[in-house]
Order: sequence, then C-alpha cells, then structure tokens
Amino acid sequence: MNLPADAVTALDTFGKAAGWEERARLLMQWGERLPALSDAQMCDANRVHGCESQVWLVGELRDGHWQFSANSDARLIRGLVALLLARVNGLSAAELQQVDLPDWFNQLGLGRQLSQSRSNGLNAVLQRMNELAG
Amino acid sequence: MMILSPWRADFPAIAALQRQGQTYLDNAATTQKPQALLDALAHYYANGAANVHRAQHLPGAHATQAFEDSRRKAAQWLNAGDCGQIIFTHGATSALNLLAYGLEHLFNPGDEIVISALEHHANLLPWQQLAHRRELKLVILPLDADGVIDLEAAAGLIGPRTRLLAVSQLSNVIGAWQPLPQLLALAKAHNALTVIDGAQGVVHGRHDVQALGCDFYVFSSHKLYGPDGLGVLFGRNTALQQLRPWQFGGEMVLDANYHDARFRPAPLGFEAGTPPIASVIGLGATLDYLAGLDQDAVSAHETALHACLLKGLEARHGIRLLGKPQVALASFTVEGVHNADLAHLLTEQGIAVRAGHHCAMPLLKHFELAGAIRVSLALYNDSEDLQRFFEALDQALELLR
Repeated sequence: MNLPADAVTALDTFGKAAGWEERARLLMQWGERLPALSDAQMCDANRVHGCESQVWLVGELRDGHWQFSANSDARLIRGLVALLLARVNGLSAAELQQVDLPDWFNQLGLGRQLSQSRSNGLNAVLQRMNELAG
Repeated sequence: MMILSPWRADFPAIAALQRQGQTYLDNAATTQKPQALLDALAHYYANGAANVHRAQHLPGAHATQAFEDSRRKAAQWLNAGDCGQIIFTHGATSALNLLAYGLEHLFNPGDEIVISALEHHANLLPWQQLAHRRELKLVILPLDADGVIDLEAAAGLIGPRTRLLAVSQLSNVIGAWQPLPQLLALAKAHNALTVIDGAQGVVHGRHDVQALGCDFYVFSSHKLYGPDGLGVLFGRNTALQQLRPWQFGGEMVLDANYHDARFRPAPLGFEAGTPPIASVIGLGATLDYLAGLDQDAVSAHETALHACLLKGLEARHGIRLLGKPQVALASFTVEGVHNADLAHLLTEQGIAVRAGHHCAMPLLKHFELAGAIRVSLALYNDSEDLQRFFEALDQALELLR
C-alpha cells in the first residue's frame, strides 16, 4: 500500500526527532497546520466523547476516498489528530479498513499516546473514525 | 530550603519509581505502600491463607485473629472506643453505597439529603440515585470563594426535612478542611443522620470519631498507605441499628431457610461473602507502621511541603489555584494553557500528577473548568520531588507559550 505524501513527511520528521521536546514541538506544528473546521462542523454531533479535551471529527467519502477533518481545543491532541489524518486521508474505504493505526503511531514514536490509561482521547478518536468508516 | 522525608526509605516503590524516572505526586489518587505492609501480605500468603470466621481449623483461627486485630486497629485509629463498630467493605465507594441502600428504608418522598458542592462522585452519586429512587430532594451546600462549605448558607439549607447529611472532611480537589463540627451540629439539631467521607481527610492527621460525633465515617485503605480493594466504615451503634443489610450471602446470616433468613448484626451482617482478608491484614500492618511514626513530625513535614508547593505555584505567572488549599494537595490551571497539553508534557517528563475532573465533575463545572492539574503529596515526598515538578512545569510552559 502506498503511503500518502503527508504520511511520508510525518515519518521522516518524527523519525529524526530527538527527545520529547522536539516531538512536542513537531506535534504542535502539525496541529497548527490542520485546516480549521467551520463553526457548524464544531457541533455536538461531531464531538468525540471520552477526551480530556474537546475533539471534533468529520469524515466523508469523496469519489470513493475518505476525507477527514478535525479540530481540538488542546494543541498536542490536535497534533496527534493531524498525524492521524495524514495517514488516512485519501484512502479508499477498503484501504482504510486495513490500516493498522496503532502501528502508525508506533512508527512515529508516539505509541505511548495510545495506552489505555491515557485520557488524551486519541483512542476515542480512532474509535469514532472506525464508526464513521463503518 | 531542603525538605527531606525521613520515611521515604520505608516505601520501596518510591525508589523503584525513581529508577523509572518517575516522580510520584498523585497521592490523593492512591499511595505507595510501606515495607511493613508488603511483609505482612507476604507473610499471610506464605504461611497459610484461610477463610475467616468460618473454619474451626488452625489456619482459619490464625487468619480470623489477624483479621479481627485489624478491625481493632482501625477502630483505634479513629478512636471509636465502644461507641461504634468498624465494618470492612470493598472500598470507600462500596461503603457509601452500603449506606445509601441500607438506609433507604428510612426515607420518604419529599425528605431531603444534604451534600456539598465539592463532593467526589462516590459521595454524590449514591445519594443522587437514592433521591431518584425515593423521590427525595438532594440539597447541595454551596462553597465560599476559598472552597469551604458556606456555613451561613448551610444553616438555611439544613432544616426539618433534612434526614441525612453526607459531606467530605477534606476536598480531593481543593485540599481544604471542611467545617465538620458546625455542619454536624446543624444536622443533629434536626435529628439527621450524618455521614463523613474521610477518604482524603483520614490521610492527614488523626481524627476522632467520638469527638466528631458523626454517625458514619468512611475511608479507603489504599489512600492511607494500605492495600486496595478495602474500605473502612465506622458506624455509631445507634445508627447501625437503622442500617439494613445491602448485600446478601455467606457468613452474614444467622439462620437461613429456603424462603427466609435472619441476619447477623454489625459488623458481620454487612460483610457478606469472603472479605478481602489479605488487604484487611495488610491494613493492620500499615496502621501499626503509621502509629509508630511521630505524628507531629509527619504533620510538620506535610505542612512544610505543602507550603513549598503553594509558594512555587504562586511564584509562577498565570497560575490559578482552585479554592484555597490548606493541606495535602493543590489543583490549578494556567491561563491560556489547556490542562490536557500541560498534562501531556508533564507526563513526558516523568511527573505523575493528575489531570482532569478528579471525579468531581459538578465542582469543576462550578469553577467553569473542563479540568485542572492536581499535585498531591504524601509523607514520603520531599522538596526534590517538588523541584523536579517545577522544573518540568517550567519546561512545559515554555514550550506551550
């Protein structure tokens, strides 16, 4: 399976990150680059529950390819979500179902962000994405 | 100024956590355990486990004796004397649920239960749900700006319809002692039952249920350096007579037939099934350990550490404390910084503090906050722990601002 271009960039930059500070800076940069959601999209129906911060996720199939958008009021989770979108946007429904997202975060050196006790909500975002993708 | 804990080495997990690069400052959630407790657990399991109160054999007699010794020690810890009994439950939450179900028969529609705005969910939801079941009114005592229950308001809200008052001794979010003597006097003037959630309070200083005069006092073993899965419920004899069994099963019964049964009085009548025997024995060892410490020295240490924590927080720009913490902990937010971001970066640096709503969602909503960071101290913490926390906090804020 071909990696989307953004995913290749993410792997490259996070692979070179040395230490937690640089990873945190990168996460915030990725979060800042995430396109804004409209006010209408930041509604309760699109809110992902189970997050310490507020996270909104919307997704639609365009010409057979998934296009997700998201936002959060917390910067680091916004970065994590941006990395998630970098991996999945543009995939077909069949491709999306095959993506091993925990492995994706492991490859980025961010696997710990998915641990059960983390209340940052990344797990909840993944779950919502699965629900949206049916 | 260095503040060292002479008791730190008594808790082997602190050194282990330090080797993992972790600074443990989440003691209001649970505490590390003294070696004395680890030894007691190992001794019990290595020398012959047995069920309590049932068997006539020797191992059973030994286990029962150790179990009942712990009950006596817990009673001594609270200075219960002859005025009441200690009931072991599976946690403080279980103890509060036992009360909410076991006292249910006393309530009629329209009766009032009074709690406060700062209650942990464990001392809110059992009463809230009881109120729903019996069509009662749940009255919430408001707080003053310092996070202390407003006594003037309480005097107006505790009245002839009040059947029960259930309040925390020490808030797990604000770290402020609550005015129990005055609140208990108000409740008693109206013949209301009184329940104290001592989950946080019992860990700091010694408390005397005879002097307090409450009907019930609840605490959790694991927050008091004891094993988990164990709650302690003190009940005054007169109040226990009104408490009905909630959970039914082995050993709580006097006589059972297929279609009816008679039950034991307290404490065994409220300890259905096999209790957490090892945890009860372990708590006894912890209480022995704690009783052997110089309580004044412990209190002085905790006071000095807490002052150091507050001073450090106040020295930093944009930090807002929740209420006015007096002991043990402080919760705070930082202006312009999301607490989830701060929690993330503190975690990255091996600082174990708590972020979120601290099981007191209505209280956080009252402060109009989605969450806060809580630093909570124990007797084994020292000023170096706080220094590491503050260095990590500064690093995190530098990144986030």
